[in-house]
Amino acid sequence: MNSNNQLLQVDNLLIRRGGVQVIDIPQFAVKRDEKVAVIAPNGGGKSSLLLAIACLIQRESGHILFNGEEVTTRGETAYRRRIAMLFQEPLLFDTTVLDNVAEGLRIRGMARQSARKRAVESLELFRIGHLAQRSAHKLSGGEAQRVSLARAFAVKPELILLDEPFTSLDLPTRILLAEELGQILHQSGTAAIIATHDRIEALTIVDRLVVLDGGRIVQEGTPQEVMAEPVNSFVAAFRRTSHARI
Amino acid sequence: MELLLDGIRTALKLIFSLDHEVLAVTLLSLKISATATAASLLIGIPAGVFLALANFPGRRLIVSLVNTGMGLPPVVVGLFVTIFLWRSGPLGFLQILYTPMAMIIAQAVIATPIVTGITIASIQQLPANLKLQVRALGATRLQTVWILVREARLPLLAAVMAGFGGVISEVGASIMVGGNIKGQTRVLTTATVMESGKGNFEVAIALSIILLSLTFGVNYLLTVIQQRERPR
Repeated sequence: MNSNNQLLQVDNLLIRRGGVQVIDIPQFAVKRDEKVAVIAPNGGGKSSLLLAIACLIQRESGHILFNGEEVTTRGETAYRRRIAMLFQEPLLFDTTVLDNVAEGLRIRGMARQSARKRAVESLELFRIGHLAQRSAHKLSGGEAQRVSLARAFAVKPELILLDEPFTSLDLPTRILLAEELGQILHQSGTAAIIATHDRIEALTIVDRLVVLDGGRIVQEGTPQEVMAEPVNSFVAAFRRTSHARI
Repeated sequence: MELLLDGIRTALKLIFSLDHEVLAVTLLSLKISATATAASLLIGIPAGVFLALANFPGRRLIVSLVNTGMGLPPVVVGLFVTIFLWRSGPLGFLQILYTPMAMIIAQAVIATPIVTGITIASIQQLPANLKLQVRALGATRLQTVWILVREARLPLLAAVMAGFGGVISEVGASIMVGGNIKGQTRVLTTATVMESGKGNFEVAIALSIILLSLTFGVNYLLTVIQQRERPR
């Protein structure tokens, strides 16, 4: 089942939260270097899917295979050290920007100087090297989300999970960041799953769209395919959204 | 007004003349309350972090009990610690009633719920998804707890201040379990009660001013650390 090109495979994933079934996905897979957008209306299950893939919420059933190997309960921390996840809020620590970006590396046991050196490289990647010594709690929304991205990329993840990363930003910043992120993802060859209900985020970056409704996959294909034949009113509305950049 | 001015004059005289008895009482107050605060931090911070992050049946009841405990009347604590340490009590064999150790225990009982309660609030005021973000960064459970405590360090310093403030100023428990024995268990609060009872208001005011200065000094130091910690 698992081809050499397959990075992530999720089988028979079932998740309940508060007694309600929020995810029921028989199979979902991501190839190396593939960028996938999961689109769904609010409450459609996209955040739950990402949290489940990162093993951050309990699964009722289901298996996650990463590089062909099953992620066991004991191996969850080691698995999370090979991926990265970004939330809607930047969730930066109350320290300097540099230390924020170095945190994931420090957690992995990297020496302080080496971690800081790598953190500077990651900050430069997102053109915010000049913010290194600033307090992370005194940044604009766009700057904070860039720091959050730099922190995620600093650990050189094989897969990055992005949960509506630019939703709280203004439109010009969102467009700019989505474009930059798309370029960096393609240059670095990092696979990504981006959960969104934002057309810009979805269509600027990805190779494939997955439509969730009620926690189930109801449509998937290239952005062009999905947009050409919307499976439900949400996708139709998604297609009509202004600022189309496909 | 005259009485107050006399009190201030006496306080200054006692402080600057380095009165042996006052110095001993002040140092003992500081030693007992600092030790009790340290003990309450050792118990209260881990307990507070656990209660803030864990999810188990009865958690809300325990948190409610902790919150109630934040307002424990010192005399009630003094009474129960006395009963426990009484010669015929469950811990009577320790023979520590009317010693500084008994006072430390009583003060730690008063401060621990304060530290625990503020720790719970400090951890819970962090962004809801921060714990998930830390774990998503690959942190182990221990690393996650450490990072969350580090993130809550500024409000946690408030726990230190509240804990210390709660015990340095209490008198009920100290007088009950310590007995206000001269040279052994007499601290600033118990000495103040005794001197005002004897009608020595100048000395009582002087001791109160020393107590206030001591409390202010410790809190000022902690506040400076708290404010310095915040990155600019």
